[in-house]
Amino acid sequence: MMLIQARKLSKNYYIGEIENMALENVSFSVEAGAFAAIVGPSGSGKSTLLNLIGALDHPSSGELQVCATQISTLSRTEAAKFRGDNIGFIFQDFNLIPVLTVFENVEYPLLMVRNWPAEKRRERVMQVLAAVGMVEQAEKNPDQISGGQKQRVAVARALVGEPKLVLADEPTANLDHDTAYRIINLMKQMRDDFGTTFLFSTHDPKIMLEAEQTFVLEDGRLSVTGGAL
Amino acid sequence: MIALLKLSARNLMRYRRRTLLTAILIAVGVIALLLFVATAGSFKQVMVGGITDSMLGHLQIHHKGYTASIDNLPLNLDLKPAAINKVDAILKSEAAIASYSKRVKLGAMFSNFNESTSIRLNGVDPVAEDATVPTLRQRISDGTSTGLLVEPGQILIPALLAKGMKVKVGDSIVLVATNASGSVNGKNFIVRGVLEAVTGPGGRDGYIHIDDARDLLRLEQPDIMEIAIRLKNMDQLSDVNDQLSQKLSQILNKEDKPVTELHSWKELSPFANIVKMIDMMTLFIRIMLVTIVMVSVLNVMLMAVYERIREIGTLAAIGTQPNTIMGMFIGEGLLLGLVGAVAGILLSLAILALLQVVPISFAFGREVITLHPTLSIIDITWVLVAALLVSILASLQPAWRASRMDPIKALHHI
Repeated sequence: MMLIQARKLSKNYYIGEIENMALENVSFSVEAGAFAAIVGPSGSGKSTLLNLIGALDHPSSGELQVCATQISTLSRTEAAKFRGDNIGFIFQDFNLIPVLTVFENVEYPLLMVRNWPAEKRRERVMQVLAAVGMVEQAEKNPDQISGGQKQRVAVARALVGEPKLVLADEPTANLDHDTAYRIINLMKQMRDDFGTTFLFSTHDPKIMLEAEQTFVLEDGRLSVTGGAL
Repeated sequence: MIALLKLSARNLMRYRRRTLLTAILIAVGVIALLLFVATAGSFKQVMVGGITDSMLGHLQIHHKGYTASIDNLPLNLDLKPAAINKVDAILKSEAAIASYSKRVKLGAMFSNFNESTSIRLNGVDPVAEDATVPTLRQRISDGTSTGLLVEPGQILIPALLAKGMKVKVGDSIVLVATNASGSVNGKNFIVRGVLEAVTGPGGRDGYIHIDDARDLLRLEQPDIMEIAIRLKNMDQLSDVNDQLSQKLSQILNKEDKPVTELHSWKELSPFANIVKMIDMMTLFIRIMLVTIVMVSVLNVMLMAVYERIREIGTLAAIGTQPNTIMGMFIGEGLLLGLVGAVAGILLSLAILALLQVVPISFAFGREVITLHPTLSIIDITWVLVAALLVSILASLQPAWRASRMDPIKALHHI
């Protein structure tokens, strides 16, 4: 089953009167349960593509179906609901909420987005914290844990709402090599354990080798689409 | 909702010093307002109480046109027995009236046998006067304040006159008055007591028994010049005034015109204008409080949104609805206003409790006024509700801005 289907997807920005083509006629698809990477140099359009798939932005033209929903025309509120129901995000800078503990950061989507009951929330949060090996740090604040641990928490937060798709924009860019590998392997493990589709962007050649499916972007165009590099 | 407020509270505590300073600023504004309202209220109460309870009463009835020339104490604008009987019937049927006192007002020459001066006098029924202006007795600074307020042959004289004429309690004096027909009459009196002056018309009048006043003026009928009325509850002043006006307007003379006129203390005393001024100042201070809260909360919330743009982007990206983000920031403003207002109210109550032990006293003209400022539940509720509403209002724009933020731009904000 196809989870993502993009057809002739384009995105252009205007800086003053100058048109900047971020993505041009990009067509591809990703199957459910895939562990896929979008690779390419900086400025190639990786983040733009992830933003479109994550319903954070609208394409200038083309069609984009994610999790069986045409997301190109969603309103701000509909897009927020779509993201909350279907997509988990992992950010390069972890983006944990500093005033919340590790437990509360992971709990946030269930509490403020999904409105789950307290007992069910607690059970699920502890389950994903155990899966990412962060149970012992549950009561710590983000500033009391390392970068690698922060990204583990971010992975847990992305997975806690049982999304169909997790989008990760350069999830290892701010981590040392060993930690980066551990995070990628953790993501792969989560895919295996929960069946969640992972699509991440990277420009690190070693990290991109870990993907089972790779899309290479160059100057906003998809140059290579296929299996593992 | 609770989770949202909890998160708002955590965010407020993120910048402890800024939150504390803003809360203190709001608290100081609340304290300034509440203390002003309490002391101004107490001042008004003391002054209005002094005027109505020791002199004017709450309402007064006169013959039509009497008040316009009250400075001359006209003898020809008196109420005749026929009209008085009708007024009596109306006043007795009005449940809101606690008591009323009929007065004969006159001007006379006051002589201590060595020198003489003019004096304004009220001829009163001591029992009715006592019931209508119960604190008149408290103004007696020299002489006995027990027994009848004034007995026939006795006079209560104003302190200034006693001092100026070197007259003491127990001294014999002569009053000489000219009656309505122009003939002069004199009568001896014993000084029963000396009255402290109060602010306003009649504040320096003397008091004699109503029978003596009628004797002095050689009134053939029990005519009167004034009826002072005391209400059971002063808050009903406006309603009773309207009802009485309507009823009294039906007492007509031969030309089918109303015989009487009714005035409240506000129309008779210049202090009513001071009360209006105090109310106006209170309004300005209320506006200042609203401005302080508005500017403080707005400033904090604008800073909060600016400093947390990436965080807002993250919340939006992971599916937080715009309304929830808006609620989060409104909650912060609301809590900030609540903390400042509650702290201000509690401190104000503590200061007011202290002022009950150590009251404020100051000279107002010749009087020494002691204030016992208190706050009503309405005052406290007003401040709390105003602070909360203004806090919400001030948070709206920053909260709206946060909720409408483009998640991509927010996530990439440096």
